[in-house]
Amino acid sequence: MTGTFDLGWWGVLLAVVAGAIRVSTPYLLVSLGETLTEKSGRVNLGLEGTLVLGAMSAFATCYLSGSPWLGMLAAGVAGSALGLLHAAICNLPRVNDIAVGIALFIFGIGLAFFLGKPFIEPRAAMLPALPLGNWSDNPAIRSAFAISPMFFVGIALAITLEWGLKNTRWGLILRIAGESADAARAIGLSVNRIRTLATMAGGFLSGLGGGFLSLYYPGNWNEGLSSGQGLMAIALVIFARWSPLRCLYASLLFGGTSAIGPAVQTVGISEGYYLFYAAPYVLTLGLLIYSSSPTRTLAGAPSELSISR
Amino acid sequence: MNIKPTSAPPEIEVVDLCKNFAAVRALDHVSAKFRAGRVHALLGENGAGKSTLVKCLMGYHRADAGQIVVDGHRRVMLHPRDAHGLGLGMVYQHFTLVPQMTVAENFLLGRERLPVMIDWGSEHAALDAFMARMPFRLDPRRLVATLAAGEKQKLEILKQLYLNRRFIVLDEPTSVLTPSEADEVLGEMRRLADARQLTVVFITHKLREVVGFAQDVSILRAGKLVAQTEVAAASEASLARMMFDLPASAERPDRSSRAASQATAPYLELAGIHAVGDRGAPAVIGASLSVRPGEIVGIAGVSGNGQKELVQILAGQRVRQAGSVRVGGQVFHGTRHELERWGVSVLIEEPLANAAVASMSVMENLALRQFDQPPLAIAGFVLKRRALWPFAQALISRYAIRAGSPAAPLETLSGGNVQRTVLARELARAVRLLIMQNPCFGLDVAAAGEIRRQIMRVRNDGAAVLLISEDLDEVLELSDRVLVMAGGRISYQTDRAAADRYEIGRHMTQGMARLSA
Repeated sequence: MTGTFDLGWWGVLLAVVAGAIRVSTPYLLVSLGETLTEKSGRVNLGLEGTLVLGAMSAFATCYLSGSPWLGMLAAGVAGSALGLLHAAICNLPRVNDIAVGIALFIFGIGLAFFLGKPFIEPRAAMLPALPLGNWSDNPAIRSAFAISPMFFVGIALAITLEWGLKNTRWGLILRIAGESADAARAIGLSVNRIRTLATMAGGFLSGLGGGFLSLYYPGNWNEGLSSGQGLMAIALVIFARWSPLRCLYASLLFGGTSAIGPAVQTVGISEGYYLFYAAPYVLTLGLLIYSSSPTRTLAGAPSELSISR
Repeated sequence: MNIKPTSAPPEIEVVDLCKNFAAVRALDHVSAKFRAGRVHALLGENGAGKSTLVKCLMGYHRADAGQIVVDGHRRVMLHPRDAHGLGLGMVYQHFTLVPQMTVAENFLLGRERLPVMIDWGSEHAALDAFMARMPFRLDPRRLVATLAAGEKQKLEILKQLYLNRRFIVLDEPTSVLTPSEADEVLGEMRRLADARQLTVVFITHKLREVVGFAQDVSILRAGKLVAQTEVAAASEASLARMMFDLPASAERPDRSSRAASQATAPYLELAGIHAVGDRGAPAVIGASLSVRPGEIVGIAGVSGNGQKELVQILAGQRVRQAGSVRVGGQVFHGTRHELERWGVSVLIEEPLANAAVASMSVMENLALRQFDQPPLAIAGFVLKRRALWPFAQALISRYAIRAGSPAAPLETLSGGNVQRTVLARELARAVRLLIMQNPCFGLDVAAAGEIRRQIMRVRNDGAAVLLISEDLDEVLELSDRVLVMAGGRISYQTDRAAADRYEIGRHMTQGMARLSA
């Protein structure tokens, strides 16, 4: 960010936009995954653990194999394995998905820390970025427009999911399971199987989000890598009212808020900038208060979710 | 209709069908024939085996013994798919629609195989063309949650026709409909059968519908087929005799002639009550009413028109947006102290979920109102558990509650006994205002009659009674005045003497569907 100074306050805006794109990608992937899971009628609160385990798996695989893309695949597989575990436990009668989610949250983080100890020091190959800023000579613009392909994957996924939930067989089946388990059973669908697949798919996407953290931005593996992004992404699903496209907008908003702190710091404000680091958390809290009400259930919430019954 | 008019709809015969659930013999050598192109009524009390019989037909249960013969071929139904493949379809009493989806999406759900990608343009065109040929029509773009109960019932039937089912079973199709809606739905089914496009079987316990719309009738009692006959050869009285196995002199509760004097001040007064439902939409809109001591005011209405929210306000379970509630002339907030002081008792619908603690014992539930008062407690603080047992025993024997033991958890009791337990609790102290919602829902005729007699006794003793019920017959039987609640408003009011079933039904349907869950 050496050139930021030349651009003055435009530099702050540029840094916020660039930060929004960078920081929003894991939010986007995790919240899309959680949307899929919740649309099937189950909440997976363990995605923070999935995210961290995904980050560790991606980094370790990349370090050992040298391929960041193989690392991303490993992150997705690790994520769906945790998703499968969550679903398998929740498929048992009288099991509460919230409690299982919290247990897997802790389990995922613990497992990642345990297996990830040897990988804290070394450096691994990073995911490449698309150099979309090459038209400019300004290094600040060039660095701001070096965008990860995962961001575009996320956008494509959001649009595909938004369309697919309404216009495909799988989308309709997923929504029946989430809206009325009785109706699903009456037409001969296995609700548990649908939810298992949805939770695994959600875990896969969250794992990818973790891989993005360790292989692109911030781009290393340590135990403080995720500061609650997985949990905030779940809050974001509620704010986006279970719409993949709104998840995209909400992620960009969260990403932008997270980038305010670092951006303000670069223009030389040295007092109080750390307050801006709290912005995403304040935003989460504010949005949850704004979108909830003591007298009504949430509009758009899948009817089978334990929170809407 | 998109079916070949030349081919006849299916004809089904069951032979010696038996089905046991644990120790209960649900079907006991039942043989019956459902002739093609006719409307067939299946009549019987709760637990007589009607549902079990049709579920065996539809492949939901597998019969322990006996045969199912479809169009002369013996068939084994292992799964609903087997029945669907033969053109058999069923409309359940509890709707299997997905409320947060559109009518069109719900149509698609029943398909054996959904297309991988759904082309909504052509689906909507096909649905519109289908609707144009149908006796009743619905907008495919509407959300099911915004449909009234009658429209949902029609959607369920249309779904079966859309899927080319030509032997259709309806499980108590009119339980949530107004009289005129019921007449319309059953009338259309009869017309389609007369055109030899459908074979229809409907389950009911309303004799009026059997005589009005069915051609054949089978009567089940305790798992046995007691009669199968043409309706033309039977009368309402003879059907009732076969159904209940007793002389058809219905036990009506005695209405004491001591009517409430018009001059008496109302004991309960609601003025301009507004409230929102769970999803934030207006549910009760400016409801006002009053109940005097010694009268039963009945509120009729189709489910989902604000009755639930109104009762919750009276029971202290929901906050009102505006309006006032007065009991005995004083402002009423529904606190425990006020309930006690003014002798207010509330029996809310589905008490196991809404007004009792399912995992606590019967005796603890019986004491929920009085557990901290003498003789059950000392100084309002120390509970005397030894006093609980005789207190509960007295109520259990007085209200004939069948529980394994007073210490058995309430959730282990049958629906009728849970209802009696909560009723006993509510009537255990001096009652001056009784508020009841669907007090007899899901009970058999004997249990319902017992509860209705209790309600009448409370009224005859001079208490004010507010009865909110989806069962119009119940409202008409018990009420001194009848009100109709539709679209969140009290839209109609009449005296017992002037009450007309169809006029009330007409008001029940007006303003509906504006509100939904």
